Amino acid sequence: MIQYALRRFVSLVVSLIVASIVIFAVVEVIPGDPAAFMLGVNAQEDTLNALREQMGLNDPLPVRYFNWVTGMLSGDFGNSWTYKAPVAEMIADRIWVSLPLAIYALILSTLIAFPAGIYAASRRGKPGDIAVMGATQLGVAIPNFWFAMILVLIFAINLRWFSAGGFPGWENPFDALKSLTLPAIALALPQAAILARVMRSSLLDMLGEDFIRTARAKGLTRRQALWRHAVRNALIPVLTIIGLQFSFLLAGGIIIEQVFFLPGLGRLIFQSISARDLIVVESVVMLLVFVVILVNFAVDLAYAVVDPRLRSRV
Amino acid sequence: MSLLEIKNLNLSIYRTPILRDVSLSVDPGQIVAITGESGSGKSLTALSVMGLTPQGTQMTGKVLLDGKDILQTSEPELCKMRGQDVGMVFQEPMTALNPVQTIGAQVAETIRMHQKTGKRAALAQAEEMFRKVGLEIPSSRYPHELSGGQRQRVVIAMAVALRPKLLIADEPTTALDVTTQARILTLLKTLVQEFQMGLLMITHDLAVVSDIADQIVVMQEGQVVEQGQTQHLLQHMSHPYTKALFAASGHQVDLPQTPVQKPLLRVSGVCRDYPIGRTSVFGARKSFRALHEVSFDLGRGERVGLVGESGCGKSTLTRAILGLEDVQEGSIALDGQPVFAGKRPNLDVRRQMQVVFQDPYSSFNPRHRVGRLITEPFHLLQAPPEGIARQQVIEQALTDVGLHPTDAGKFIHEFSGGQRQRIAIARALIIKPELVVFDEAVSALDVSVRAQVLDLLAELCRKRPFTYLFISHDLSVVRSVTDRVLVMKEGRIVEQGPTESVFTNPQHSYTQALISAAPRLPELA
Repeated sequence: MIQYALRRFVSLVVSLIVASIVIFAVVEVIPGDPAAFMLGVNAQEDTLNALREQMGLNDPLPVRYFNWVTGMLSGDFGNSWTYKAPVAEMIADRIWVSLPLAIYALILSTLIAFPAGIYAASRRGKPGDIAVMGATQLGVAIPNFWFAMILVLIFAINLRWFSAGGFPGWENPFDALKSLTLPAIALALPQAAILARVMRSSLLDMLGEDFIRTARAKGLTRRQALWRHAVRNALIPVLTIIGLQFSFLLAGGIIIEQVFFLPGLGRLIFQSISARDLIVVESVVMLLVFVVILVNFAVDLAYAVVDPRLRSRV
Repeated sequence: MSLLEIKNLNLSIYRTPILRDVSLSVDPGQIVAITGESGSGKSLTALSVMGLTPQGTQMTGKVLLDGKDILQTSEPELCKMRGQDVGMVFQEPMTALNPVQTIGAQVAETIRMHQKTGKRAALAQAEEMFRKVGLEIPSSRYPHELSGGQRQRVVIAMAVALRPKLLIADEPTTALDVTTQARILTLLKTLVQEFQMGLLMITHDLAVVSDIADQIVVMQEGQVVEQGQTQHLLQHMSHPYTKALFAASGHQVDLPQTPVQKPLLRVSGVCRDYPIGRTSVFGARKSFRALHEVSFDLGRGERVGLVGESGCGKSTLTRAILGLEDVQEGSIALDGQPVFAGKRPNLDVRRQMQVVFQDPYSSFNPRHRVGRLITEPFHLLQAPPEGIARQQVIEQALTDVGLHPTDAGKFIHEFSGGQRQRIAIARALIIKPELVVFDEAVSALDVSVRAQVLDLLAELCRKRPFTYLFISHDLSVVRSVTDRVLVMKEGRIVEQGPTESVFTNPQHSYTQALISAAPRLPELA
């Protein structure tokens, strides 16, 4: 198990290094002069020089890469050109919106998807299954921003249970969670639909396996065989999807953040891209990549917890 | 009163009748074997006793277990009965266990389902049962850490944990090697005696049946055609199907003698290593040697058998001979030309070799017609026949293997297993290769079909000199269709020689063990 975890960890570090090189190359090397790109065509020569100096563009490439990486490792992400503020602080503010939102949405989607998937699988071909599958079909088809607007219409404008947007900060955790609830639901439902379908089909595969027949021959009821033997085996593909979804929820909440006017990472990226603030873009993208790789690492470890065959594979 | 009594059981699935008027009985301490070819309804008969028939099944008649009719029993009652009164062992030990639970937990589950026992007590009981079935490994192991034979012992332990009155075993040894099979059969016999259980065993292998059963039930197309005491039935079988079945099982092929000429295939000092993962993160990669200095010659016109148990390196050797993988040491040459030239297979040699695989169902693309399937090897030729010549070659190839030329226009699903294997042989022979490798080519076939395919081989040998390497775990088949035999164990050839002398007078202890473990058909009157 430790061997396995170590190997996954080595692969995590390698992925991070490769990702950082790719991001660095795309942002700072390939398009030519980032300073000129950021300032546009009418830039003054002295402003350009000042920006070049600030970005360290006059240094050789390896030095720039090294400075960028060591800076990030020590928590210094540089200063935003447009906001004139440290990027680290900007990210820190936003991540406390985006990360809880993503986790919230993930928990919701799992809480919806697992029971729905298991229920549908246990009633394959019966009305219950067909109803759940129909609902997930809809969930997959409906865009989440549209869904978000419907939620706002019903729960914020008509019922006035939630506010229509904005984020009050974490001083009052209840209010903060409340303001994240509608966005989390809007993000979670389409994901839950996908997850439920994966859970169902994975379970159905498992229910056809020989060891389910063995379990039934031992005297387990259909339901017991499903819960004790099929569910854990069915988790592996489901974990894969959960890992992928988390990455999506973290970075892909951009539209939902717009709809609910949340100061999250998605908005930050969107604004910095519009403002051509490459310093911010570079750091935020690297951070997202880091989180995604970290989540994949966690999923890999979860595989090993679920499946003993992976633990012993050396 | 019998322990199990099936009376006039009729079974249909979605109105398609499967079983007709099946009647049989099992007494305590008695072993009853149901035998017959695939599709005869053996397995469904067994599942009906468990109450585990597939959806859409309708049954009439009576299935009395200890006087209680299973067909009239409710599902919750059946759940209480399964595992407690009836245990079941399945064919495929590799997939019959849950991969994510320890073997101890899985056996303990049977106990805890039916008795109010604590986790620890149940586990202790499970461990006791492991000793009983001859399994001496910790109960904290997972199924993937066990061999096929060990897994089957776990499945048996699970089935007999509560000492059920009746044990049902569906092809319990079919997926196992002969030596393992012999040990599992002995175990089943001992358990039946010790627990005074009834054993209803399903197997297609008549040698196993004659060896173990007290009573034989022969089924064909959902009906019992004959049943009786083993000795009596073997001496006085009356139904033509029973006779045909036994005749086909012991079928001897009339193999023509052909003069063996100079060596065609020469395998010398071949070693094959497979890399296995590192054992520590920064350690060196290790490798597993699957073939140890394997050397042998195959003469033109010679028919050589290769036998050995699973994992002995048969398949690795086949792949090396076919040039699908390179070897680490030694050389393989056909007619003096290496099969592997540089980094890729030598196409000149590949043209001279063809292979017939085990599974007649998955070795064909289902979307192509037979005419296209059997001409697949043409891509090895520089100038494959075209137009009318191509048609003639296809017709000839199909006729040679006993099929009709018009079969070229059909799809593969329109053929039975035996016919598919004929098509596979036609595909191998269509470019007139020097050497054909049969890799367990008849292992998946029913006995009667197997006999026909083996006869086909003999017939092909009569038409022209035919050199082949026949790989099989089935000793009786190898004995009947080969001139010479190689015995492999753990990547080494431990014995080789003329087939008859190896079988009648084996020298190596492993060959002796293999031959004595193989169940034999009794001499029939």
